[in-house]
Amino acid sequence: MTTSATEKSTTTAATATAQSAGADAGAPATARTARRGRRALSPGKRLPAARLVGPLVLLALWAAASAAGRLDPGAIPAPWTVLKTAGHLWTDGTLPTDVATSLRRAAYGFAIGLGAGVLLALAAGLSRTGEALIDGTVNLNRAIPTLGLIPLFILWLGIGETFKVAIIAIVVYIPVYLNTHAALAGIDTRFVELAEVQGLSRYRFIRQIVIPGALPGFFVGLRLGVTGSWLGLVVLEQINATSGLGYMMFQAQNYGQTDVILVGLLVYGVFGLVSDSVVRLIERRVLSWRRTLSS
Amino acid sequence: MAPHTEQLTRPAVRLTGLTRSFEGRTVLDGIDLDLPAGSFTALLGHSGSGKSTLLRAIAGLDHRVTGSGELEAPDRVSVVFQDSRLLPWRRVLDNVLLGTDGKDAAARGRAALAEVGLGGRERAWPSELSGGEAQRAALARSLVREPELLLADEPFGALDALTRIRMHGLLRELWQRHRPSVLLVTHDVDEAIVLADRVLVLDNGRIGLDLTIDRPHPRSYRDPLLGEYRERLLAALGVTEDLA
Repeated sequence: MTTSATEKSTTTAATATAQSAGADAGAPATARTARRGRRALSPGKRLPAARLVGPLVLLALWAAASAAGRLDPGAIPAPWTVLKTAGHLWTDGTLPTDVATSLRRAAYGFAIGLGAGVLLALAAGLSRTGEALIDGTVNLNRAIPTLGLIPLFILWLGIGETFKVAIIAIVVYIPVYLNTHAALAGIDTRFVELAEVQGLSRYRFIRQIVIPGALPGFFVGLRLGVTGSWLGLVVLEQINATSGLGYMMFQAQNYGQTDVILVGLLVYGVFGLVSDSVVRLIERRVLSWRRTLSS
Repeated sequence: MAPHTEQLTRPAVRLTGLTRSFEGRTVLDGIDLDLPAGSFTALLGHSGSGKSTLLRAIAGLDHRVTGSGELEAPDRVSVVFQDSRLLPWRRVLDNVLLGTDGKDAAARGRAALAEVGLGGRERAWPSELSGGEAQRAALARSLVREPELLLADEPFGALDALTRIRMHGLLRELWQRHRPSVLLVTHDVDEAIVLADRVLVLDNGRIGLDLTIDRPHPRSYRDPLLGEYRERLLAALGVTEDLA
């Protein structure tokens, strides 16, 4: 019964449309313009330098508020004050040393974490024995918050550089491993079959099908790893360091130097943005065969 | 290609008592079959009749399947699947050359692409190809290996009707030029009749009908003399003409 009712109403609607179409027949041009295309669901063309627009607007607001005297210079110093402080710190040599120390820590930790994550993912993804040994262990490791390991690592490795690099490496390797392993495990079985038919050796199968197929997943892990390395660095340097950007900021907190803290944050921000952009650039070049919504 | 006299006596594929079963269900039930070298055979059957299982057995793709019987097949076997199975991260030419070696490999790949009408598309990504073009590239990939046996698992099943007709002509033409033995698995009776010189119907894991189609090529769907073959095949498949 419900069906017949719906049918009836549909018919009425159709008749109504037909009638209105008939009424419009006298003005064909109007009828044509009234017929719009489908609503485009893709977000459309990308704005030029889109990623910079938001930060620049924020910067402009900050500068305007400072110039108008609406901000307490003790709490949030003006942009130019921050730049001036950065200049002083750079010329007296403290900033370059701190930046170099921080960069070295992040780079070592990141490199070790990346290597370990990829190697473990390959071992777990390409052999059943490897999977049995590694996958559960890594997931156990993942369940423990890495920053919670800091006290233990200080006791094991001392409060020097080694423990910092180790913590950063752990923060990095987990997302790299998880995403790469998931991508390796998710290789389409149809491609495995194809490789068998084409008579590929195991080495070539891995090099020509498994690895390229797992690259999109690897890049997801890589970007999370890059972010993770900076996150780990900030925490480590603000709690357990005697040098580096975080240490500089910690000291500034004791002396109430907001401008120095902002210089530190600025440098961290630039590092994060630059490293993420580099990874994105590499990703776009390596995965140029992909055509997605973001291209 | 030079004429191979020994091929006239030795079949390209010989199956003796081939049996395959999945979880206790017998899919292939003691199949005996010879495919002469250079022959063009179509294999018909309902979905689930075991035709893909048979093809996969000949292709050597049935790992972890229980079965018995003897199987002789040539070394150089190519398979064309229903989907083109092009690797999205390799350009068309590199896809065609997957698993092919040698100094002249690239030249052979280009020649194969030109032969299937894709000359000039070597540098295209698979995502830039239409369904028909992708399937042509897959044909080129199977040809470049100069197969003695070409296995095709419903290769045109996913194409639109017009493209399918064009692909039929292409496949037949390629077969005439290179003369591999062809086993074409399909569920389309007309496709089997138009293309193959011999049509097998697989029914309950056995060859239910083995029909030689003795009509000259190229054949037309409208050839009235093919109607008789169609009726016999449909009857073997359990479909009566007035229903079709």
